[in-house]
Amino acid sequence: MNASDTARFAWRSLWGYRGRTLLVILATSIGVAAVVVLTSLGEGARRYVRNQFAALGTNFIVVIPGRAETAGGGMGVLSGRTARDLTLDDALALLRTRRVESVIPVNLVSGEIWWKGRRRDVPVIGSTAGLMPIWNITMASGRFLPVEDPRRATPVCVIGAKIRSELFGAQSPLGEWVRIADRRFRVIGVLAPKGQFLGVDVDELALIPVTSAQVTFNLPSLLRVIVKTRAAEDVHRVADEIRRVIRSRHNGEEDITVFTEDSLSTAFDKILVALTLAVGAIASISLAVAGILIMNVMLIAVSQRTSEIGLLKALGAAPQQIRLMFLAEAAILSGVGGVTGLVLGSAGSFVIRQIYPSLPAYAPPWASAAGLGIAVGMGIVFTLVPAQRAARLDASAALSRR
Amino acid sequence: MIRLTSIDRTFTVGDEQVHALRDVSLAIEHGEYLSVMGPSGSGKSTLLNIIGLLDRPSAGLYELDGENVTALDDRQQSAVRRNKIGFVFQFFHLVPRLTAAENVELPLVLAGVPPSERSPLVQRLVGEFGLTRRARHRPDQLSGGERQRVAIARAMVMQPAAILADEPTGNLDQTTGKEVLHLLEELNGRGVALILVTHDAALGGRARRQIRMVDGSIQLDSGATRA
Repeated sequence: MNASDTARFAWRSLWGYRGRTLLVILATSIGVAAVVVLTSLGEGARRYVRNQFAALGTNFIVVIPGRAETAGGGMGVLSGRTARDLTLDDALALLRTRRVESVIPVNLVSGEIWWKGRRRDVPVIGSTAGLMPIWNITMASGRFLPVEDPRRATPVCVIGAKIRSELFGAQSPLGEWVRIADRRFRVIGVLAPKGQFLGVDVDELALIPVTSAQVTFNLPSLLRVIVKTRAAEDVHRVADEIRRVIRSRHNGEEDITVFTEDSLSTAFDKILVALTLAVGAIASISLAVAGILIMNVMLIAVSQRTSEIGLLKALGAAPQQIRLMFLAEAAILSGVGGVTGLVLGSAGSFVIRQIYPSLPAYAPPWASAAGLGIAVGMGIVFTLVPAQRAARLDASAALSRR
Repeated sequence: MIRLTSIDRTFTVGDEQVHALRDVSLAIEHGEYLSVMGPSGSGKSTLLNIIGLLDRPSAGLYELDGENVTALDDRQQSAVRRNKIGFVFQFFHLVPRLTAAENVELPLVLAGVPPSERSPLVQRLVGEFGLTRRARHRPDQLSGGERQRVAIARAMVMQPAAILADEPTGNLDQTTGKEVLHLLEELNGRGVALILVTHDAALGGRARRQIRMVDGSIQLDSGATRA
């Protein structure tokens, strides 16, 4: 019996029991679709984070005070409370390093903003004009922090879209004096609505010059320093140079942590790939359930078609042929179900992309291939027992029944 | 062609040993017409199953065309069955999903005959058995006589040496039953050995050689040549 005859015979059998066949195909396709949709969400998150980093560009380095003892960096590192401060002078010293285009000191502190008796809690960022291109900031009105000597504590501020609407309502805030902590700042610009960026809600921020922040909130240390290199190829060389400069300024102690774009995004990448794998594995449980369903259906098929199997044996079918026929049925069932599932799953991730355009929810090819492979593999493995039962069937007993 | 020597077949039913066949020896030559009669439970179907290699004897020797077929494994027995033996059953045993022509074709498919060689063979047989107009019908659209004709055509498609027919008219009315029997006898006339199992003495009486079985033994063999 050649392969195409086997496939045709199997197909005819499945077609003979259409209802049951469709249900099994449906069950398998739901399993595969679940794998596709869930992994496309995980992959979407990974690409989203990737894109966020890509928006920053690849030619920057982040310097954080304190030494990360383990890979990544713990809470002490991120909060900036470490033995030695990373000062504005340290940051400005880096500006004299070769291949460095700009240095953007950043501080973050939670404060209060007042205007005419209205008060709101606000995260305040102290930085310089250089932050604008790095964060891809666009202005709704007015202008960003002025380009000036970063040591000057100019009393100006830029506010997020939400702060603007909550504090000023319909009124224009430009030129108004607000109070942040116990100092007065003139509003010179309003940020365009942007939403979450690197875990901060930009719409809720107030930005002031870095030295104003140091003075107002009495901050000795910076939260971080963003160093922009002239070319992307320079980042690792410049990172080494940064360590050297800071070491010489900090009495030979390298008490900073230097992140390059690739080390950051690789870390996130690893986490999100693991997450995608995990949800994919959970979704494949439904494929195991579909496999058990196929086994059940095949066992029923064998007992329903007992006399047919007996007949095939009487007509000269070898046990191996009988086994192959049932395995072919399982392969077709799970294969058709799997492909249907891929189509359903792609449609599902398409819908997700329509609803959340910023989430590039495409199932990774390995997940689709694994979903299909597991479906067919399960179908065949779970049919081994029913197929063996059919192959071993006693033909004379099978034929004596009607 | 067929030579059975001291065949025993015992089944275990509960704690009891049931002797379906006891010390059966039988020789059948090419082209013989043989009827096996006896009451139900006399072992005639078991005998047919053993001749058709659907069942293995508990003891004894079965030679088919000089070859000891009891020694063959399942796969080899399938090949022998496929090439040398055609079955006709009381309940037709057609595959309900397949058309009449496809049912006839089935042994060729199982034997791995390429499609180009299959279709002329099938067409010729379907024509010969007067089924041309019914070739595309499924079994449930055929009359009992037509179904049995399809089954006989299927049994003949591999050009077997022997046809084993187990009550082939048992599920047909008298007239149709006679037609089917005439058809089988005509094939026998062309040289195919016909072994007919029946409990109907009138049908069995038509055979040139008659065997009567009681309690798993051959009680009477009208044409015993040498065993």
